[in-house]
Amino acid sequence: MRILIVGCGRVGSRLAIEFVAEGHRVSIVDQRQEAFRRLPDHFPGQLVLGTGIDEDVLRSAGIESADVFVAVTEDDNTNIMAAQIAQAIYQVPKVILRIYDPERAEVYRGLGLTVICPTRTVADMIEEQVRQHRPARVSG
Amino acid sequence: MYIIVVGGGKVGYYLTKTLVNEGYEVFLIEKNPAKVQVYRDRFGAIVMQGDGAEVATLAAAGAGRADVVIAVTGDDEDNLVICQMARERFGVRRTIARVNNPKNEELFRKLGIDVTVSQTNVILSIIEQQIPERPFVHLMALRHADLAIVEAKVSQDSPVIHQPIWQIELPPEVIITAILRHGELIIPTGQTVIEPGDELIVVTKQQREAELRELLTGPPA
Repeated sequence: MRILIVGCGRVGSRLAIEFVAEGHRVSIVDQRQEAFRRLPDHFPGQLVLGTGIDEDVLRSAGIESADVFVAVTEDDNTNIMAAQIAQAIYQVPKVILRIYDPERAEVYRGLGLTVICPTRTVADMIEEQVRQHRPARVSG
Repeated sequence: MYIIVVGGGKVGYYLTKTLVNEGYEVFLIEKNPAKVQVYRDRFGAIVMQGDGAEVATLAAAGAGRADVVIAVTGDDEDNLVICQMARERFGVRRTIARVNNPKNEELFRKLGIDVTVSQTNVILSIIEQQIPERPFVHLMALRHADLAIVEAKVSQDSPVIHQPIWQIELPPEVIITAILRHGELIIPTGQTVIEPGDELIVVTKQQREAELRELLTGPPA
């Protein structure tokens, strides 16, 4: 598959490395050159310097032929706009984005995007751990 | 009418000031606390510090009863999300977004923003209208119908000259609505003959503009 990732932070770079190892064709976009240092030397994917909300940048990263689009910059609104460009303009078959704000995540899930909300997910996991915890001693 | 303005830069500031003077009920949301302090001194309690893309902020600003939300921050991604949140979450019927990168106008409209304002495009169109020798000028885009009104000067090289309009093979979805000839306005019929130097006012589907341009001003040099 052709996978386009916007945001070469910890999550984006990790995904890029894993997808390449699985044999996918990966291009990754970031507006900071230094972000690409998170990738190994001779990384076989395509690196594109620029913002993920600019159609020219996305086109040079191959959005027209992408099977999967992933938006994982640090900024919720950038991810939302990039994902909507991929969905509404380029009809990328699978569009996945990260939104930290749970309220915003809910709204855009309702608009047909695949939204991952780490805030909600982490809070749920921690709550679950707390609920499973059986105190060894009952204080009182 | 209740209007929420998000973004207290120069545009947001003067917009708020003008709307207040016009007698509208206005509320301004700005992120930067220092600016909020200054604007409070000027406008009073209608200014709030907060992130206009956040539900809590919009709720506190009374977005549920707002007639219009106008997002005029310097970041297009923020303006887009502010308008979409206002519409999807609070049912605001009319949303207006400032578009900093003119390329985003089309996208924003596709994504359901009612009105987009691009300073770059506004200034560009003013420049185009002020330069008399331009043979083809885009006068106005009519958003919803995807229509444009253009002014075109018919050149000596145009294949349409000395022909009545009914004989001209215009692109589909194009209508010549008026002709300016030697300072006189002609409302054309099918019999009207096009002369070189005529200035045509044409209503066209936006995607036909390039075809029309070539037809009226001659093939590109």
